[in-house]
Amino acid sequence: MTILSVRTRLAETAVPAGLRVGVLALQGDFREHAHVLHELGAHVDPIRRPEELDRIDGLVIPGGESSVMDKLARTFGLAEPLKAAIRGGLPVYGTCAGLIMLADTIIDGMNGQQSLGGLDIVVRRNAFGSQTASFETDLDIPVLGQQPVHAVFIRAPVVETIGVRATALATLNDGRCVAVEQGNLLGTSFHPEITGEYRFHQYFLQKVFSAAQ
Amino acid sequence: MTKSTSAEQFGSSRVKRGLAEMLKGGVIMDVVTAAQARIAEDAGAVAVMALERVPADIRSQGGVARMSDPDLIDSIIAEVNIPVMAKARIGHFVEAQILEVLGVDYIDESEVLSPADYMNHIDKWNFTIPFVCGATNLGEALRRINEGAAMIRSKGEAGTGDVSEATKHIRTINGEIKRLTSLSRDELYVAAKELQAPYELVAEIASTGKLPVVLFTAGGVATPADAAMMMQLGADGVFVGSGIFKSGNPEQRAAAIVKAVTFYDDAKVIADVSRGLGEAMVGINVSDIPAPHLLSTRGW
Repeated sequence: MTILSVRTRLAETAVPAGLRVGVLALQGDFREHAHVLHELGAHVDPIRRPEELDRIDGLVIPGGESSVMDKLARTFGLAEPLKAAIRGGLPVYGTCAGLIMLADTIIDGMNGQQSLGGLDIVVRRNAFGSQTASFETDLDIPVLGQQPVHAVFIRAPVVETIGVRATALATLNDGRCVAVEQGNLLGTSFHPEITGEYRFHQYFLQKVFSAAQ
Repeated sequence: MTKSTSAEQFGSSRVKRGLAEMLKGGVIMDVVTAAQARIAEDAGAVAVMALERVPADIRSQGGVARMSDPDLIDSIIAEVNIPVMAKARIGHFVEAQILEVLGVDYIDESEVLSPADYMNHIDKWNFTIPFVCGATNLGEALRRINEGAAMIRSKGEAGTGDVSEATKHIRTINGEIKRLTSLSRDELYVAAKELQAPYELVAEIASTGKLPVVLFTAGGVATPADAAMMMQLGADGVFVGSGIFKSGNPEQRAAAIVKAVTFYDDAKVIADVSRGLGEAMVGINVSDIPAPHLLSTRGW
């Protein structure tokens, strides 16, 4: 996908420029998220310290190792301010490890692993097994339009149980849920940021824009 | 809401390279027992490398170094939740087949073990499991990627605690990439010949200014400052081998290196985590090692 075609599509969907979106930059593929958000016209801030949260309108939690993000977020004093911001309505989009961070409950986490919470779901970490079970496939996700989403699952989690407050956006053929939203929160088991898929980030920026009004 | 519309595809380049993308900004630690793997995970490693002896011991004990016992690898997989990598000898495709069946997440075709083939590396396209390979320069990195490597680590000189070779290799690879971006098209044909790498890969790098796979650094990293320096030199993440479990206080040193990689550009954090770590591994200066004992010259 060329930059030009992305910018053209951006103009069509009229996501406003000037929004400040943070990307949690403790570990993982935060640069890929920053690139997509930048292409879509957002101002992107890497977030590693609590004081950096004050100036953002939304936050992306990237793919990576959720247990490492959890440890670093707690060690460096980010976890509590993040939880408070989520409770306060900060729009947050999490992919893979980010989805785990946003889940109210984690199954198969590390000893003592904690999440930030916010999504009324139970998520199973690394639900498919070792890396040889990682895969890519196409998903129909009507809220993003007719064209299927090409989704890459890497040692991915699945949403095991969806609570009443959360809504499923996509499932695999076997019925397991892999994308959810709840108010200003969005989470996917897979990684749109590494496939040139911009629609999830556009969808998220619309939430950010609405919340900033 | 509807269901997925197509068949699932396993072992594609995107899936293989994708796991390395998720390890970025992290530390991968060598472990030789399940107990060490537990310490590494608790300290915040993004993955562990299961092997029978750390490079410092391979170096001091000598002999042929091979793939680990499957029982050891099983015990490490059972102990931790983070990804588990394991080493196969250069060119030893059967060791790689075994590691794939054992269910490790990544294979390191590694010069730290004794090579099994002095002509050929493993044909990594034949596998569903991804491979990481070492490189001392861009040409070597591109030859490995051409054979199917989904991640590259600069080699350094393993088992020394001397970071100078790691510095040299990451600077060399990134310097050669920068040079490619300044060449004209006719010059790229010659560059491909000189790099002994396929023209298509060389042209791709000249246009993007980066490798098509993640680039970690390895070999001689022993302190938080070493790790942060590799990150400032452009590494996507760091392998630490002997540096942790050959030091006085592995738990604390491992956690400190993890923090230093995240805050690699913040000298105050790196200073704080460097306090009171006890003894670093004693190590050996690379310049004192006779040439036949250098590991980084294995692989080509």
